[in-house]
Amino acid sequence: MLLLERRQLDSNLFRWLSPVIAISLTLVTAGLIFLAMNRDPIQGLIYFFITPLSDIYGWSELGLKMAPLLLCAAGLTVCYRAKIWNIGAEGHFLIGALGASVVAVQLVDQDGFWVLPTVLLAGMATGAFWAGIAAGLKTHFNCNEILTTIMLNYIALNLLVYSVHGPLRDPFGFGFPQSVMFGDSALLPQLIPGTRLHIGLAFAMLAAVSVWVLFARSFIGFQLNVLGQDARAAAFAGFNTRRLIWFSLLLAGALAGLAGASEVTGPLGQLVPQVSPSYGYTAIIVVFLGRMHAVGIIAASALLALTFLGGEMLQIAMGVPRAVTALIQGLLLFYLLICDAFIQYRLRWRPSALAPAFNRKPGHSLAQEA
Amino acid sequence: MSAAVRLQLADIVKQYPGCRANDGIDLTVTAGEIHALLGENGAGKSTLMKIIYGVVQPDAGTLTWNGHIHTIDSPARARELGIGMVFQHFSLFETLTVAENIALGLPTAQASDRARLDATIREVSARYGMALDPQRYVNTLSTGEQQRVEIVRCLIQESSLLILDEPTSVLTPQEVEMLFQTLRLLAAEGCSILFISHKLQEVRQLCHTATVLRQGRVMGQCDPADVSVNAIARLMVGEDTPLTTQVAPAVPGAPLLEVTRLSQRSVDPFGTNLKDLSLTVCAGEIVGIAGIAGNGQDELLRALSGESLTADQSVTLAGQPIGQLSPGERRRLGLGVVPEERLGRGAVPGLSLADNTLLTAYHSDLLRGPWVRIRQVRALARAVCQRFQVRTTSIDNTARSLSGGNLQKFIIGREALQQPQLLVASHPTWGVDVGSAVSIHEALVAMRDRGAAVLLISEDLDELYQLCSRIGALCGGRLSPVHPAHDVSIEQLGQWMAGNFETTEPEMAHVAT
Repeated sequence: MLLLERRQLDSNLFRWLSPVIAISLTLVTAGLIFLAMNRDPIQGLIYFFITPLSDIYGWSELGLKMAPLLLCAAGLTVCYRAKIWNIGAEGHFLIGALGASVVAVQLVDQDGFWVLPTVLLAGMATGAFWAGIAAGLKTHFNCNEILTTIMLNYIALNLLVYSVHGPLRDPFGFGFPQSVMFGDSALLPQLIPGTRLHIGLAFAMLAAVSVWVLFARSFIGFQLNVLGQDARAAAFAGFNTRRLIWFSLLLAGALAGLAGASEVTGPLGQLVPQVSPSYGYTAIIVVFLGRMHAVGIIAASALLALTFLGGEMLQIAMGVPRAVTALIQGLLLFYLLICDAFIQYRLRWRPSALAPAFNRKPGHSLAQEA
Repeated sequence: MSAAVRLQLADIVKQYPGCRANDGIDLTVTAGEIHALLGENGAGKSTLMKIIYGVVQPDAGTLTWNGHIHTIDSPARARELGIGMVFQHFSLFETLTVAENIALGLPTAQASDRARLDATIREVSARYGMALDPQRYVNTLSTGEQQRVEIVRCLIQESSLLILDEPTSVLTPQEVEMLFQTLRLLAAEGCSILFISHKLQEVRQLCHTATVLRQGRVMGQCDPADVSVNAIARLMVGEDTPLTTQVAPAVPGAPLLEVTRLSQRSVDPFGTNLKDLSLTVCAGEIVGIAGIAGNGQDELLRALSGESLTADQSVTLAGQPIGQLSPGERRRLGLGVVPEERLGRGAVPGLSLADNTLLTAYHSDLLRGPWVRIRQVRALARAVCQRFQVRTTSIDNTARSLSGGNLQKFIIGREALQQPQLLVASHPTWGVDVGSAVSIHEALVAMRDRGAAVLLISEDLDELYQLCSRIGALCGGRLSPVHPAHDVSIEQLGQWMAGNFETTEPEMAHVAT
């Protein structure tokens, strides 16, 4: 009988090996899927992972997709370290894009250096407000943040869709559900001239570094860590759990809101319904793949950004449906969660084990005493 | 003894990663013998018991049962052979009745005839002086009664070897005496008993033979009645460990902690509510609270630490009401707390010792604004480890990697170096080796002599009598009178632990501090 047995100490090797194995398994499975669709698997993988990066434009597009992923992931890292399972980055992102757009549309004729910061701050504020709803529900009514943030994602999406069909719709836009183009002073400066890459990527890098400093040096980072690892110890030490919940959710909301604002003021220049190819959900994979560590999430956001580019490339080159992107992202998370089990557990072969759980004395786990 | 050999272990070896739990153990138990297995925590007693009961398999060695070599690969097999075990933490469903709990472990035929089973339970329990009502729900039983259910269950399964793991740690002194009578009766009828303990007096009272384990090996065998307690203790701990602390009498000062008529609902729905509890602890004294676990100790600790808030005036520290203050604010006023759970409350298992120092010491100079002063944190962690002999290779090791005794020394040291005015410690030496226990006792006394007030909540009566100048007991959330320890006989304390507070003799009605 094959037993999954708890390790005496967590395996540090597996903590870093697990993403590597998960990525390899994802590649193999993706190849098999291509095969099942009668496509050349090697060619498919090359189109997916290599072709998008064959020129400088491709790299700039990678940075463009990385920016929102990394911003959302930085905020989620803060939550997840404290075991606050915020699934709402998508909602914060959408509502941040909406908030920023509302302000940008009002200021479309304004010219001045203050316009862009105002628009970005509006995005951060609305994102933080949206996360604050979940924080308040959790601290005052003990509502599970997983459920509330998911539901708030749908509310945010519908608010956004309503806005572009209604109050924010461009009156001269031939009825298309989209806002007017923002004024030039509300647009993010480019990072590399001639590409779409904007300074949102710099914001994202800054956010990742800040998260690193937060956990390496600050007391609030320490408290979040303790809360995540051992809530009873946090209560014993006298850390204010409510304050920590508010802090992490507001920060995550503001960062994801900034990501949304950067998207509408960056490559889009206006608000459209499909502002996010589910950046907020993909960021969850980024955080787990990146081991909730600043350096890790930078690398992971690059990889996940590549899946968006690769998915588009595959559509064009091989006529594969768009769903392949989500499929590969899902596979990656799936394999990662499986591999992560081996950080705390190991497989052991036990010949002739006759003791099923039923034979044990009730209410007493003998395995725990070992 | 010339009686038949019931169980014989030969050269039993069990290797765990990083630790040889059993290293060539030989043990012989004859019919009708009460055999004590003595040893410190980590000596290998539990592993050996689990091997006999089929929970773990030995790497080498043979087990002979009634003359035949057996491989016991599961507890079910052990029960089939007639080996019964009563764990320290009971394995009973609290929401089922006594009879239902017992039926669960029986073959279907025997379990389905409930009327007959009830009769059997009544008969067996009465015969051995352990009166039990089969229809009572287990959650309404006292700890002592729950233990009886476990024993009766083994008897009904017709065990001829009964293994009892630290059975007296959950009993009052009176209940211990009753248990011993039952066990003597069982032995007289030919049932063998393996009695695991580290309480030497009890072993001397009850057992015919004692086998002492240390570091997985048999250190010796003796007739406990013939050998002095000190000689056995030496075998258990080795030559170089002091056995006890010499405690000078306390010089109490002004009252520091005052708890006045504290009533408090437990946060745990199955917990114990505190009822009208009043208590004073003075500077420079150690006050001990005895009691069987689950009688309000945890609730009292939480009310004092600030994990549960109380009416503002019901707890005061140096005259200042602290009932509504958070744990952090209380720490700032000079409160130190050592909780019962070392891992998962007193320390975060996955964090380093340095980080665990910061966990409660963040009020001293370890922070500058929002930033952690890492060098100061590490210096303090090193100081804790040095001053309190925490054996570890580095302060970067995780709390989880330390042995129980070492981690407890670390936690006590962390609190002590913050120079608290009041230290509340719950079961500080529970599951700790003798050497560490002595250092922990010394640390508590040193804090007392420095002028701190110490409240010691413990189940270990020897420890309480040794350290405390005044002593009381918790039962059902109520506190007995608290009297000078030398005026409280062990019988008196036992009465208090059982909830009989009225039997106090008149001349002891006033607290002499």
